[in-house]
Amino acid sequence: MHHALADAGYQIDVLEHQSKLKSFADSLHESGLYPLKPDSIDTFQINIGKMCNQTCKHCHVDAGPDRKEIMTRETMQTCLEILASNPQLSSVDLTGGAPEMNPNFRWFVGQIHLLNRHIMVRCNLTIIVSNKKYFDLPGFYKQHNVEVISSLPFYAKDRTDKQRGDGVFEASILALKLLNEVGYGVAGSGLTLNLVYNPAGAFLPASQTILEKEFKHSLAKEFGIEFNNLFTITNMPISRYLDYLLVSGNYENYMNKLIQSYNPVAANHVMCRNILSIGWDGTIYDCDFNQMLDLKVQGNSRHISDFDFSELSKREIIVNQHCYGCTAGAGSSCGGAIEKKD
Amino acid sequence: MSNHYYNAPDLAKFGAIGEFQKELADSFFSWYGKVFNEGALSAREKSIIALAVAHAVQCPYCIDAYSTDAVEKGYNQAQMMEAVHVAAAIRGGASLVHGVQMMNKVKEISM
Repeated sequence: MHHALADAGYQIDVLEHQSKLKSFADSLHESGLYPLKPDSIDTFQINIGKMCNQTCKHCHVDAGPDRKEIMTRETMQTCLEILASNPQLSSVDLTGGAPEMNPNFRWFVGQIHLLNRHIMVRCNLTIIVSNKKYFDLPGFYKQHNVEVISSLPFYAKDRTDKQRGDGVFEASILALKLLNEVGYGVAGSGLTLNLVYNPAGAFLPASQTILEKEFKHSLAKEFGIEFNNLFTITNMPISRYLDYLLVSGNYENYMNKLIQSYNPVAANHVMCRNILSIGWDGTIYDCDFNQMLDLKVQGNSRHISDFDFSELSKREIIVNQHCYGCTAGAGSSCGGAIEKKD
Repeated sequence: MSNHYYNAPDLAKFGAIGEFQKELADSFFSWYGKVFNEGALSAREKSIIALAVAHAVQCPYCIDAYSTDAVEKGYNQAQMMEAVHVAAAIRGGASLVHGVQMMNKVKEISM
C-alpha cells in the first residue's frame, strides 16, 4: 500500500505544483475570509487510530488492517483532562480508521459520557459484524447515547462495493438492521443514526436533500432500514483519492470543478472554524484532512500536552488546495453539506 | 483558428458567452437554471431527460455534462443506457415513420 502518495509532503507538492490552478488562499482573499480564523470552537474531533478492517479506495486516512498507529490510554487521559477543563468543547467526534478497533475505545467513550458530552462515533458499519466481539456495539452505543455516523456510499451494492470492497454492502445492511433493532434511526427513539454518502468516482455529490430522499426510499423499500439524516461529503483530493484522480487522469478536471464550484457562503462556514482535530499521538490539527497531510496548527499549542484554548481560538487556520473540497457547491463537512437548502 | 470543432475544456467556458451579448446570455442562464429546479418534475427526473435529449441532439458538451449530472444524482449505468435507447428509439422511429410518407407517395404515383 505504501507508495509516494502515502507521503504527506509529496501530496502537498502535487496539490501546489501539478497544475496552475487558482490558490485557495486567493479565493478566500476575494471572499474577505483570509486569513481564515476560528469562529467558536465547540467540537473535539479525535482520531484514535488508523487501523481499520476495511481498505477503501477513497480513504483520506490511508487506513487499513496493516496500520499500527493507535492512540494510547495515556493520550486519551490527556484528552479527557482537556475536556473536563474546557466545557465549551460540548461535542466529541471519534473517528479513525475504525475507532472501535482501539482496545481502549469503550473505556474512552464511557469516560467522555461521564463528562456529559455529546458523543459522535464514525462507524464504518462492517466492524459491527466483522467479529463476535463487536456484535454488541449497537447496545453499547445506545447505553452511552452515542450519535452513530456511518458511511454508506450508495443504497445499491455495485457502487458501494466498488469503493469499499467486495461484500461491504451486504455487511453494512446487516449492521444497519442491528442498529435499527435497538432503536437507532427509528422515529421517536431519540437514538440518532446518520449516514454518510460520498461519490464513488470523480464527481461531486448531488443535492443532499435529493439524495437523502432517494436513500430513505430505497433502503426502506428494499431492506426495511430507517435512518435520520444523510450527510453528503465531497471527496478530498488527498491520499488514496488523490492517487485515484492522478492514475485515472481525472485530477485536472476534478480540481477545476472544485474551483469553479467555489462557494463563499460555504467557505464562511467551513468546519475547521468550529473544531479541533486531534491525531492518534496527540498532535493538534485544523481538521482531519490537514492531519493526514501533516499540516499542524499554527502557533505553540501544537500538541495536547501544550493545549491552550485561548491561543488556538486566535490562530490562523492552515489552508491549501485540498480545502476547495470543503467549499465546492453546497459545501462539505463532517456533518454533510454546509448549505442545507437545494 | 482552433484545430477542433469540439474542445472538451470549452464546456467550462460556456458561461463566458455573455462576453459578446451579456443581456441575452444572462436571460438564457437565468431561464436555464429555473428549468432544472425542482418543479412538477424533480431535478433528478429532469437530469435523465436532459441526458436522453443530449444524445438526441448529439451535443458532446451536453453528454459530458449530463452523464456526470445523472451519476451525481444516483442513476446507475443500466438506467442511463436505457435513457439513451429511448433517445435512439425516438430518432430511429422518426426516420422510419417517414416511410409512411414514402409509401403514400409511391402509391400516389403508381398505377
